[in-house]
Amino acid sequence: MSTIAVAPRQPAAGRVAAAAQAVAGAISDTADVAWRNLLTQLRTPQALVFSVIQPVIFVLLFRYAFGGAIHVPGTNYVDFLMPGIFAQTVAFGAVGTAVGLSGDVRTGILVRFRTLPMARIAVLAGRTAADLARNLLVVAVMIGVGFAAGFRSPHGAGALLAALGLVIAFGYAISWGFASLGLRVSDPEAAQAAAVPVLFLLVFTSAAFVPSTAMPGWLQAFGTHQPVDALVNAERALILGGPAAHDVLISLAWSGGLLVVFALLAARTYARMGR
Amino acid sequence: MTTPPAVEARGLRKAFGEVQALDGLSLVVPAGTVLGLLGPNGSGKTTTVSILATSLRPDAGRATVAGLDVVTDAARVRRVIGLAGQFAAVDPNLTGRENLRLIGRLSRLGRRQARARAGELLDSFGLNGAADRLVRGYSGGMRRRLDVAAALLHRPEVLFLDEPTTGLDPESRFALWDSVRDLASSGTTVLLTTQYLEEADALADHVVIISAGRVADTGTPAELKARLGTAVFHLDFAGKEAAQAAEAALTSAGYLPRRDGAGIQVRSAAGSGELTGMLRALDGSAPDPVSVAIREPTLDDVFLSLTRGGEAA
Repeated sequence: MSTIAVAPRQPAAGRVAAAAQAVAGAISDTADVAWRNLLTQLRTPQALVFSVIQPVIFVLLFRYAFGGAIHVPGTNYVDFLMPGIFAQTVAFGAVGTAVGLSGDVRTGILVRFRTLPMARIAVLAGRTAADLARNLLVVAVMIGVGFAAGFRSPHGAGALLAALGLVIAFGYAISWGFASLGLRVSDPEAAQAAAVPVLFLLVFTSAAFVPSTAMPGWLQAFGTHQPVDALVNAERALILGGPAAHDVLISLAWSGGLLVVFALLAARTYARMGR
Repeated sequence: MTTPPAVEARGLRKAFGEVQALDGLSLVVPAGTVLGLLGPNGSGKTTTVSILATSLRPDAGRATVAGLDVVTDAARVRRVIGLAGQFAAVDPNLTGRENLRLIGRLSRLGRRQARARAGELLDSFGLNGAADRLVRGYSGGMRRRLDVAAALLHRPEVLFLDEPTTGLDPESRFALWDSVRDLASSGTTVLLTTQYLEEADALADHVVIISAGRVADTGTPAELKARLGTAVFHLDFAGKEAAQAAEAALTSAGYLPRRDGAGIQVRSAAGSGELTGMLRALDGSAPDPVSVAIREPTLDDVFLSLTRGGEAA
């Protein structure tokens, strides 16, 4: 405390400049960490390939194996299905955030990062930014797969892009949630085992693959009040047409709220790792 | 004007759940010297380094590095330290050069300087040929050299090396020792943890021996050895019975023999001249030894005597 007392007070302009410099530093650190994570992912393409294979299999299964038995009034099943697939793709993509960070805990590279004069938030922001870039890539692949399976986005490219914007926003928010998990577990396999059931629960109780009306009441009560369901409904309102504003706002509120809560939680977890 | 110590720790305490990793540890590293922190697994070496390198907060006690408090002034401490860990913390999926550039940029060197420093360090650590290969293809020794290089990008005043040679083959180990000596001679303060007494002896100006989170002994390698006398005798006998008889004879003559099978070890403060006295004590009451060897005490002897409750005379 004594050092603060004797330090000369900085003039306001100096404080602003220092703050601006700190922000610029944090952004540059985030970009460097994101670059490292993307490069690492490109060099371990197995993980990337698997994160594409799973949703592809779901498209094939639901479009061709189960799809015939699922009747959604007023629309083609594949047009109903693809918004669910997009949501599922980014939700499960968040497992990558947890696995990646827990790997960094295990290798000890986080200890090095903690002793560097870098912005602390960059470790998390760089990871989630890289995972956002990966989500963009995987979702782009899924659009191609969807079109090959007969998906036509009946209300045009603009509606599809708007829906995908919601998907990417949700993916980014949930990625921060799984960042905390990754920091707490120093074993990537354990991180994966902990993450997957939560995501299965959220995705399969939502209307991602079947209309919620087909579920029993108690399940509907949970399934229709959670972020994946909100996302899928908003996507469908945009892609299949109809009044979309309400659903879009709900999904954005979920993603925004989750982002704030998860980011604070992750930052706190990271700060406490040295306690 | 006296230079403040590069590292000073007072009464550091840290518990992980039930385990008291550090129990009031204090140490001082004068600027420009090499301190060897010596202790067995679980004695608190890594915890000490983690606290001094700002990645862990102590429960109690204070520590400064370059005069800066490691808790309240952590951000400034990070600009003057380098840490190379026991678990070579480099990214296996980046090349050596990419690793160094990344750490350089995160150390806020700026793009151009990070690139230049990476090149210099790859050169001085003999990693030029492998610079653009992925680290996952490196040998253990190469990884460790890269790890130390990564700790030096921003020319730290104080370098922490946590068991830098654990698991390395002798050749890589000696190469790393040379690097540490070069750094020390150029004025970098080094705090090095090790389980190898030989390593502390070879590199350190001062040694702090820790056990169960506390300082057990401290001094220069020469002082610690002097405390154990100037000679260690090894007497080998034809069999276990002969050695047992000799053990008894030496004990009754006032020596402190330590027997292991057919061999006996005796430390002496009186130097190699003591051999005649011992052979006289054996004369008549035990068979002659098959072989006799005299050597200077090593830090292993210091360490064994401390951890066995000060059996040294």
